[in-house]
Amino acid sequence: MSETALDAAFFVRWMTAAAAVIDREAERLTELDSPIGDADHGANMQRGFVAVAKMVETEPPATPGGVLTAAGRQLISSVGGASGPLYGTLLRRAGKALGDAPQVSAQELRSALGAGVDAVGQLGGSAPGDKTMLDALVPGVAALATSFDAAAEAAEGGALATVPILARKGRASYLGERSIGHQDPGATSSALLFSALAEVAK
Amino acid sequence: MSAEGSGGATAPVGVVLVSHSGPVAESVATMAAGLAGGGATAPVAAAGGTPDGGLGTSAELIAEAARTVDRGAGVAILVDLGSAVLTVKALIAEGDELPEGSRLVDAPFVEGAVAAVVTASAGADLDAVAAAAGEAYGYRKE
Repeated sequence: MSETALDAAFFVRWMTAAAAVIDREAERLTELDSPIGDADHGANMQRGFVAVAKMVETEPPATPGGVLTAAGRQLISSVGGASGPLYGTLLRRAGKALGDAPQVSAQELRSALGAGVDAVGQLGGSAPGDKTMLDALVPGVAALATSFDAAAEAAEGGALATVPILARKGRASYLGERSIGHQDPGATSSALLFSALAEVAK
Repeated sequence: MSAEGSGGATAPVGVVLVSHSGPVAESVATMAAGLAGGGATAPVAAAGGTPDGGLGTSAELIAEAARTVDRGAGVAILVDLGSAVLTVKALIAEGDELPEGSRLVDAPFVEGAVAAVVTASAGADLDAVAAAAGEAYGYRKE
């Protein structure tokens, strides 16, 4: 993986691209959330990332860590569903791990996102294989060691691989066996964040 | 009893009720205050649903409710499920979003709310309020 330095502007572009892809895919996220959730994932993520996009446009933080921390805060306060505190924790913990550095390497981003993913698992009390966002985040972060494109592919693969899994967390877990056969909406939106990252890294 | 209460009237612990539904949070708050009965009751605030009246969880409403009931003796926060649990946990992890001494109390929502408001109204400290609310898990119904 190239050791390009990633600055605050790169992270602003990432958040803006994430907002755009979430906006494009909102309907699909809600459709995925209809059979096994409460059919609000698309609208919730859209609301959260509209707030993030507005924040980075009007008052962009000066450091990579600052961008992720502020974005996480927006998500916690504006999403309105479980994805708010979960994605908020992911980005805030990653942002805090990056500290005040004006530029970070891709490997530093990988390790910061790893800390964020650990915090998500702790907050939700879940592990990979539970049919949650972790099923996309964990392989995505691991593949960042190779490239941004590899991470996007791995996260997408992880999201697709949630289809045959029995849900063990969240509202979908009440459905037991009936949760099998549906792709997890949270893993799907997690994969979108990695595809936005790959897009801005090109 | 809290330490600051040694010289006179003890500030009560505040109670915040977080539900996915505004009417559920409001009704449980009214019921708990009503069952706490006569005399001064501890401050209770509902944080239910989203600011536009929909179903969900609002960090903003939770923070506002916690500020409203904070008298300096701590705030016991009871939640229903899912995003209500995760949002309060995330806000507490933030450190500066909720008043000092805010605590997520692991308790059944309705029974725990009654126990929390009754004990807080009796002047119990945050540990005792949290313990009373948690003990509500133990009341079997058959």
